[in-house]
Amino acid sequence: MKPDHLQFFVDPSRCIGCQACVQACTECDTHRGESMIHLEYLNRSESIQTVPVVCMHCEQPTCAEVCPADAIKRTADGVVQSARKPRCIACGNCVVACPFGVPEVYEDRKLMMKCDMCYDRTSIGKKPMCATVCPSQALFYGTAEEIARLRPMSSPTNRFQFGAQTITTRVFVMAPRGPVTIAPLIDVTASLGASTGTDPFEGVEI
Amino acid sequence: MATPVPERETITLAPDGRPADQQPAWRQDFPIDSPQDQYVERRDFVKFLTLTSLAFVVGQLWIVAQSWRRRRRVPAGAKRIASLSEISIGGSLVFDYPAEHDSSVLVRLAESEFVAFSQKCTHLSCAVVPKPAEGVFHCPCHEGLFDLRTGRVLAGPPPRPLPRVLVEVHDGEIYATGVTTGGA
Repeated sequence: MKPDHLQFFVDPSRCIGCQACVQACTECDTHRGESMIHLEYLNRSESIQTVPVVCMHCEQPTCAEVCPADAIKRTADGVVQSARKPRCIACGNCVVACPFGVPEVYEDRKLMMKCDMCYDRTSIGKKPMCATVCPSQALFYGTAEEIARLRPMSSPTNRFQFGAQTITTRVFVMAPRGPVTIAPLIDVTASLGASTGTDPFEGVEI
Repeated sequence: MATPVPERETITLAPDGRPADQQPAWRQDFPIDSPQDQYVERRDFVKFLTLTSLAFVVGQLWIVAQSWRRRRRVPAGAKRIASLSEISIGGSLVFDYPAEHDSSVLVRLAESEFVAFSQKCTHLSCAVVPKPAEGVFHCPCHEGLFDLRTGRVLAGPPPRPLPRVLVEVHDGEIYATGVTTGGA
């Protein structure tokens, strides 16, 4: 069981794009040789700002919801694991469905692999590989008290809005604490012009 | 209803947020939480054990029925194979005995000495080839060798001797009169 008091905090504003996490990720024993972390440029033509994307480990994992092969499972400590090799059919549904763009299909081995928060390490209380090497601590793994003491200017949030879908995650993102009151969630798709509150699947029975 | 077991408590919520008892049945069959995915109910396990044992029992009974039926099979009657003039000394002849597609092979060893054996190798049922000059039946599939006179295994993988077809000669005609298994 993953120690409950330890949490993962991602602070994109601190990311310096050094690629250390990408290299460290390949060293992890659960997915040896492959880097599962995505280091993305936000808007490369105008900014050098990068953002590390790890699996957010949703409370309602969309990847697992859409998996037709029943391959994506969540362990009791709330970590969404890579697809089960005997079940995964490499259809790529999860790749398309994930709001954060985390899973990847490896066509050569016909398998989806994703960030599993270095399950071999975090399940025994160690930090994930990326958090151990991040020089600016954009990726931080520790207790809520630690992060509150270290980052007084920002507050952790784990609720995100994607159109009509609200997602709660195990991993926290540090949002700047401004003069305005903190929104209860981060509306990710608002900037894309998508209107919130309208459900394209309204009336569709599952 | 049994009380829920804490170790496999549901932690993953359905996207619509409704409680578990309002969810469609397939959510219970394909849970996202791996403790529930791996959980085997005692009832299911017992059902598996019972059905598997039942299948074994049925298989055993089927084997018993088969061997009983085989023992009850009426012995094949005499059947004419060929006339003496059709087979030379040292020659061989393939014929069907006791049933339509049971190939057997007749070998004339001397003027009035005949042996006949089933042609089916006792290893993997390849057709054996008589070699009277060497005194053997040769199975080309895995180099099995049988004695030409007794059908005994001389070499190779066959586990049992060839079944012998009893041969009688009456008035210049050769007849097969029965089959004996279990060696010479």
